[in-house]
Amino acid sequence: MGSYLTAFLVGGLFCLIGQLLFDLTPFTPGHILSGFVVAGGILGGLGLYDKLIQFAGAGASLPIASFGNALAKGAMLEAARRGVIGVLTGMFELTSTGITAAIIFSFFMALLFDPKG
Amino acid sequence: MAAVPEELKITAEEYRELARKEKPPPPLLFNALTAFFSGGAVCLLGQVIQNGYIAFGFSPEEAANPTVVTVIFIASLLTGLGLFDHLANLTGAGTAVPVTGFANSLTAAALEFKKEGLVLGIGSKMFSQAGSVILFGVVTAFVVGLISALF
Repeated sequence: MGSYLTAFLVGGLFCLIGQLLFDLTPFTPGHILSGFVVAGGILGGLGLYDKLIQFAGAGASLPIASFGNALAKGAMLEAARRGVIGVLTGMFELTSTGITAAIIFSFFMALLFDPKG
Repeated sequence: MAAVPEELKITAEEYRELARKEKPPPPLLFNALTAFFSGGAVCLLGQVIQNGYIAFGFSPEEAANPTVVTVIFIASLLTGLGLFDHLANLTGAGTAVPVTGFANSLTAAALEFKKEGLVLGIGSKMFSQAGSVILFGVVTAFVVGLISALF
């Protein structure tokens, strides 16, 4: 599931592409990160994103495109099991960990700390 | 307030165009390399954490989950401590594109609107930036899932 070298190179490449889009296009980071997620979802639907994760490990599973892939994969896995309703029941199956962790940590950090500056 | 003469009025669109022209061009190569190395470092650190979890008995498939949680925790904590902004200024997309950026956007929004209260501040505003990532991710996955279910 990826070596240190492939994780570094592929993860770095994702960020390099992101930076070029930040600097060269008039889109905001919000637009561009949403674009990454959409691209990840489409690559996930085609079964390509998992191959990238096989190759690069955390280099492909940490960039935000992986979120789109995991959403699409969850929906597809449950759809294969239960039909159309599975698209809804499976949507957050694989991304639940990340979303829940981000919500919980953010909530408690907000209670614990005050904004700086 | 005195009325602004008609010839001095510009639309928001024209203002953005002007602001874009006047802004000095970003140092493209420097920014790109910084993003590459810092983003690579974030993912390398993630891989170290992931291999750590594998050594602790997680299967390679399962290890991605606690890895994401750990990275989110670090990013969220750095945001709470007020350090993430400095890091983001140095690294640009290097910390914005990995899940660190997602965690930061939630925590930063929660902190920023804390003064407006638990419900209307933290609760309502937490997703003010991350919301679009979730929305478009879900819409894409819905279409992809529907296609896979029907064909």
